[in-house]
Amino acid sequence: MNISLLFVALGVALMVWCLLISQLQTKPWVSKGLVQEQGAVSLPAPRVGLWVFLAVITSLFGLFAVVYNMRAEFPDWRPLPDPNLLWFNTALLILGSIALQRARSVSEKPNLDGLKWSLTTGGLLTIGFLFGQLIAWRQLTGSGYAFTTNPADAFFYLLTGIHGLHLLGGLWFWARANLKVWGNVAMYSIEEVAHLRLSVQLCSVYWHYLLLIWLILFGLLLST
Amino acid sequence: MVVAIAIILLVVGSVLFHFLSPWYFTPLASNWELIDFTVSITFVVTGIVFVVTNLFMAYCIIRYRHRKGHRADYNPEDTKLESWLTIITTLGVAAMLAPGLAVWGDFVTVPDDAAEFEAVGQQWHWTYRFPGEDQQFGNVDIRHITEDNAFGMDPEDPAGQDDVLVESPIVHLPVDQPTRAWLRSKDVLHDFAVPQFRVKMDLVPGHVSYTWFTPTVVGEYEILCEELCGMAHFAMRGRVVVDEPDDFDAWLEEQPTYSELVAQGPGDPTLGQASYGLCAACHGPQGGGMQALNAPRIAGLNKRYVERQLGYYRDGVRGTHELDTAGAMMRPILAALPNEAAIRNVAAYIETLAPETPPANVSGDIERGAELYANCVSCHGENGQGIWTMNAPALAGQHDWYIATQLRNFREGIRGAHRMDLYGDQMMMLADALPHEKDVNDIIAYLNTL
Amino acid sequence: MAYVAFADNDTHSHDPDTFISKYIWSQDHKVIAIQYGITAISAGIVALVLSLLFRLQLGFPDSFSLVQPNEYYQYVTMHGMIMVVYLLTALFLGGFGNYLIPLMCGARDMVFPYLNMLSFWFYLLSVIVLMASFFVPGGPTGAGWTLYPPQSISPGTPGVGGGIVLMILSLAIFIIAFTMGGLNYVTTVLQARARGMTLMRMPLAIWGIFVATILGLLAFPALLVAAIMMLLDRVIGTSFFMPEMLSMGDATEYGGGSPILFQHLFWFFGHPEVYIVALPAFGMVSDVLSVHARKNIFGYRMMVWAIVAIGALSFVVWAHHMYVSGMNPYFGFFFATTTLIIAVPTALKVYNWILTLWRGDIHLTVPMLFAIGFIFTFIHGGLTGLFLGNVTVDLPLSDTYFVIGHFHMVMGVSPVLVLFAAIYHWFPKITGRMFHTGLGKLHFWLTLLGAYSIYLPMHYLGILGLPRRYFAYGDTDFIPESANLMNAGITIAALLVAAAQCLFFINVIWSLMKGKKSGPNPWRAASLEWQTPDTPPKHGNWGEQLPEVHRWPYDYSVPGATQDFIPQTVPANSGDAPQNEQEVED
Repeated sequence: MNISLLFVALGVALMVWCLLISQLQTKPWVSKGLVQEQGAVSLPAPRVGLWVFLAVITSLFGLFAVVYNMRAEFPDWRPLPDPNLLWFNTALLILGSIALQRARSVSEKPNLDGLKWSLTTGGLLTIGFLFGQLIAWRQLTGSGYAFTTNPADAFFYLLTGIHGLHLLGGLWFWARANLKVWGNVAMYSIEEVAHLRLSVQLCSVYWHYLLLIWLILFGLLLST
Repeated sequence: MVVAIAIILLVVGSVLFHFLSPWYFTPLASNWELIDFTVSITFVVTGIVFVVTNLFMAYCIIRYRHRKGHRADYNPEDTKLESWLTIITTLGVAAMLAPGLAVWGDFVTVPDDAAEFEAVGQQWHWTYRFPGEDQQFGNVDIRHITEDNAFGMDPEDPAGQDDVLVESPIVHLPVDQPTRAWLRSKDVLHDFAVPQFRVKMDLVPGHVSYTWFTPTVVGEYEILCEELCGMAHFAMRGRVVVDEPDDFDAWLEEQPTYSELVAQGPGDPTLGQASYGLCAACHGPQGGGMQALNAPRIAGLNKRYVERQLGYYRDGVRGTHELDTAGAMMRPILAALPNEAAIRNVAAYIETLAPETPPANVSGDIERGAELYANCVSCHGENGQGIWTMNAPALAGQHDWYIATQLRNFREGIRGAHRMDLYGDQMMMLADALPHEKDVNDIIAYLNTL
Repeated sequence: MAYVAFADNDTHSHDPDTFISKYIWSQDHKVIAIQYGITAISAGIVALVLSLLFRLQLGFPDSFSLVQPNEYYQYVTMHGMIMVVYLLTALFLGGFGNYLIPLMCGARDMVFPYLNMLSFWFYLLSVIVLMASFFVPGGPTGAGWTLYPPQSISPGTPGVGGGIVLMILSLAIFIIAFTMGGLNYVTTVLQARARGMTLMRMPLAIWGIFVATILGLLAFPALLVAAIMMLLDRVIGTSFFMPEMLSMGDATEYGGGSPILFQHLFWFFGHPEVYIVALPAFGMVSDVLSVHARKNIFGYRMMVWAIVAIGALSFVVWAHHMYVSGMNPYFGFFFATTTLIIAVPTALKVYNWILTLWRGDIHLTVPMLFAIGFIFTFIHGGLTGLFLGNVTVDLPLSDTYFVIGHFHMVMGVSPVLVLFAAIYHWFPKITGRMFHTGLGKLHFWLTLLGAYSIYLPMHYLGILGLPRRYFAYGDTDFIPESANLMNAGITIAALLVAAAQCLFFINVIWSLMKGKKSGPNPWRAASLEWQTPDTPPKHGNWGEQLPEVHRWPYDYSVPGATQDFIPQTVPANSGDAPQNEQEVED
């Protein structure tokens, strides 16, 4: 319940913030002419789109976390042992995120050669993470914690599964960028390079965010 | 122009409708006049807003409708006016909210001297439990539920031994006694609602909820389920009879406690076999039934069903309608079963008889019958085997002429209309949905294949 | 700056040339909007027919027997779900959102046209999956549109075999479709506005659609979470929501779950959903009123704040749907308070609509009639909401016909009146032709009066105590014969209203072929979508040059100006000669 109250508080804060920002105070019938908007975001549309999507994901995982906590309060909850493998997987994902961050900083440079390896490493580490999660699933089912044994188990599979699906979605975009990177970068037009830079940037943002979500989920799974 | 006049007429019409329509709250029969009071306040406040805003809009439309050469004013906003409107609206809202919250405070605070009972909902009927002399309810669990322990009482729990169990949709309550109703569901969501009491609350499986009220008027009121609970939701009815305290005590005294039910034990088929001779004359030695004598097959019928029907014949609940000549023949027979125990025994014996399949007389469209039977399947079962928790007898293997007759009897109120036929009203409502002879024939044609 | 995202010579607005790329796999927001509209309205017609079938049962329980109890619950469920999600949400956001956002903001298209196209095809898929449930064994689910477990996934409820699974899948697909569309709407509003189109110069229609989309993006995940978990409960037997329970006489394998948890999730989505439908309606009706009253919308800033405030508050009122659900009764205090607070900004919007008419120059055109009808029904529906939002008053009324009357008035009739107002209003822009005014007026009168005579009496039947979702009432002591008569009357009114909708379709078809050419701006409106070089707008909307915005969209009857409107594109000091000529009288 506490978490849902937090949600409520966040919502109210957001509303107050919206009402306080000065733009909404302007009287549009007074100012005429080609007014320049103060403080508007000057980002490429895909970046804004990504951030909006991240807000949707936040709502999705936030609600899962709330439900997880509420369900955990019922007496039939039997926590399951968290496989040690999860620590290893977490390390993989962190490294993946770091690799992508490196790819991002390389992509700012004029020469894109260094991009190949860091981008590929990041993706491969993530694939490693996903395989690690699969192995963790098998370990758990092997030791008798099936999907339907207890809601705690069901939640474990559900949360890791949904998180994994989101990573898979990210890997799709990573794969497309990666193909590009391994192509003949030198021949690309300015627009293509800009597009590639943007893809790498967006991938890194998405990865960091999913890493954050994983850390929170992991903490949640550990805490019960 | 026309639209403005129409709005004025709609406003006047709505107000007239409010005062003239014959449909308003049922007469209050509980302590909750405060709830009615909050409703009245809300009506006054919202009524004023409704009339004033709409009439003002109509005025604007008439006054400022387009005329040649006329031009609109230019006024982007008027913060002063808007502030005033905000304040007035807030006051109006507060005038409704404050009493609402105060009364809700009463509603969530059950008085210390409240008596208790438990209303148990299941698809699609009600039963009740009183805590007995120790004023404590015993534990219950879904896993304890059997035909002989329909409440799922925990046999080990001492607190449950004196619990009074009412296996009927009719419950009695004493007048002027604050009463807390504990609400428990055995399967899905239900809702305990008595319109005359004004209160309602959902029953949630896996959880016990409550509500409270003081019945103030002696009489009989319907309990409605008001949370969708499956296809027979609309037929899930109960009744609460508000008695003078003495009458209530007398009624409660007649109801069995859990330990009495346990002591009484299930019926004895061997003893029942002795009494069955009388039944065999019409229903046949194996309970196969005989059309010439209007006797249905009874072999293998669920004992709770048979007990209930025999009780109905004995008490004049069934077989007393002037058109129910076949049923009337059962009534004198019941004289031969002197007491409840005898009825239980013979019912237990009948349940042990092996059914045989009677010949089919009715023909119809089996495929359409299967579709229609989808409305019966929830109670009578996939294979027409009957489900005891639904109080539904087996249909498969029954003589088709008998099913046809009974469906007609239910539809025409020949069977089931008596107020003590506890579940008859359900079949009456469902039989209403099969008004044509063809519907009945199709269903029966399908049943004959089961 | 915000508006640089779409350069004038944008490369990706290449013109489609084949029929398929133009009308089927189209990435043009206008075509996608019409695809959305046609699909949503088709789904809505199915839902309308279903409602007539069960209304016939309720009005004449012994005469027709067109539906059996199972079918009754299936039709009620499908009617509700289709109307709320697949018609209203899809038509307001997928239809009008798609059509209006780029045109009113001055963009060439949505910022992610491909995603926008995918959004429609996923939506179509979700409708097909939903409709498929009519054809699986056992039919569609009859769990009520709220789909409360346990009964929605346990025997005893129709459609527990395939129907409920398809319903959940369809909802999941719809949510994906909505998310793809929603990302587009939000990003386009944020990033692709024309030069000079500041946030506070956006028409209220865009504000309504924008905030509603944000609500949808944040609220639909709650439904998705609930749907996924219920699907797992149903298909592989987990116990997220399922408690220990009896089913068909036997104990089930389930144990320990909480049905109330589902209700919290459902209404955390379900209540914002009300505003996902209502806010675009609020916004669009504001624009219609302003144009046809030849007057600026009164209190524009207050209207924007109210939209934002209602949107934010709508996330903290969900449990007012659960006062009698058996949840902790102390929540009632909190949620009754928040719910009644939300009434204040809502009331202010109503006042401002009426004050827009005040001292206006009201042209009683067909869209204006629908808008006025909306104000009337919305006042009624809003006020009855105060009964149900106030926890104590809700006690006797919850789960009765009062609730049906209330939400059909506020969420059925009112938004639908706005939809009609909007279709009649923007029809000339979408098709380039005027509709038939006489037919339109007849359609309005039959719809408004008919709908009011359906839903007003329902409130009183509810006060009497008639429970909702009853297949038949049998012999209930407190229900007098007159109530049954009234029910029959309601059914007749419903049949009339449904028949009246044929007028609308006749009008649309007739006008498409024979309607008078409308010209670019028949209503002499100031907002941007009426200033396109072509009517209907071509691919890319704005020809060579993107428009520049110099003023807010409500410059009507400005003192000193020669005409009674100044388009948004007219510079501040260039006099105010708009380039439009034609005037259409009502």
